[in-house]
Amino acid sequence: MNPLKILKNGIIDDNPTFVQVIGMCPTLAVTTSAVNGIGMGLSTMAVLVCSNMAISLIRKFIPDQIRIPAYIVVIASFVTIVQMLLKAFLPDLNASLGLFIPLIVVNCIILARAEAFASKNGVIASMFDGIGMGLGFTVALGVIGVVRELLGSGAVFGISVLPEAFPQTIIMILAPGAFFTLAFLMILIKKIKGEN
Amino acid sequence: MEEINFITLFFGAISVNNFVLSKFLGICPFLGVSKKVETAVGMGIAVTFVMTIASAATCLVYNYILIPLDISYLYNIAFILIIASLVQFIEMFIKKSSPTLYQALGVYLPLITTNCAVLGVAVASMQDLEALEVVSVGTKFIYSLVYGVGAALGFTLAIVLFAGIRERLERNNILPSVKGFPIALITAGLMSISFLGFSGLL
Repeated sequence: MNPLKILKNGIIDDNPTFVQVIGMCPTLAVTTSAVNGIGMGLSTMAVLVCSNMAISLIRKFIPDQIRIPAYIVVIASFVTIVQMLLKAFLPDLNASLGLFIPLIVVNCIILARAEAFASKNGVIASMFDGIGMGLGFTVALGVIGVVRELLGSGAVFGISVLPEAFPQTIIMILAPGAFFTLAFLMILIKKIKGEN
Repeated sequence: MEEINFITLFFGAISVNNFVLSKFLGICPFLGVSKKVETAVGMGIAVTFVMTIASAATCLVYNYILIPLDISYLYNIAFILIIASLVQFIEMFIKKSSPTLYQALGVYLPLITTNCAVLGVAVASMQDLEALEVVSVGTKFIYSLVYGVGAALGFTLAIVLFAGIRERLERNNILPSVKGFPIALITAGLMSISFLGFSGLL
């Protein structure tokens, strides 16, 4: 398969957040700022690429009946590694993502790619699939993060951009804002795509 | 060590710290299995069942196996394996002992393994207990159990209310571009605002 096509598929055609609507928990929970969103996206991508490659390598040795537990153990191991790396090198990001780093294990995107792609394709293709899906997820989280941060605290990537007189809508960085932002982004994408 | 108020913990987990609407755990089943009140109730009961047992079991394994062996950093792998096997075990047990209950819950049980609320409550109660510096395993066990039940009931409350609203939405005339996920998300956002009203209560 063509690597570019796989990448484009992950980022645009089959975007995990806006098209497939999976992996909603971290999407809504950690996007209070653009940095957090992108940090979460990249952590997930690291796990996704590694687990996709590992599962693709051992796909012929895993008995069919116990494949889901086997995938989960592989994923959980990589999550533990990523968590330790974050704790050591990016403690601030680790603190603000908190509970959602260990919860990458149950992110449906990773298990879904393992089941739908890595268990059927070669190592290189699986790697590109992981990169594509991971980038798609990162872009989606980044966009939601930018919108929420801009409306909620008048800043982008921590730099104030809106004039002081512009009202800061605190609710956008609270829980309800996450639901509203995602809802309106989805409507926007539907409109751009020309559906309905 | 601070004094732990279990009543505040329990009602807090249902209302102020509602897992779905303020902590964003378990969003996938919340959006996926909430088209009808009946199925939402089924999912709620199944989650309550698994979450309570999983929360208690992970607490015991963490304190009696992982800590003595000095491998507490592997908690994530251990917890997810416990939850996955627990779900499988409960499914087999219910199938044998109560076919009627199995018919009602059967479809939802396998989905629960990847419900992040179940792993979330296990990890959260472990982290909370570490922050509170609780020493006695008995207190830890009760804390996990109470937190598990409270969070599960909060999940059930949210998903049943949400399903009730979605059932009525079905009959309304909604703009085609807003239909489906967007309107469900807006509804969830409004519910989340109303749950914000609980803050300051406890």
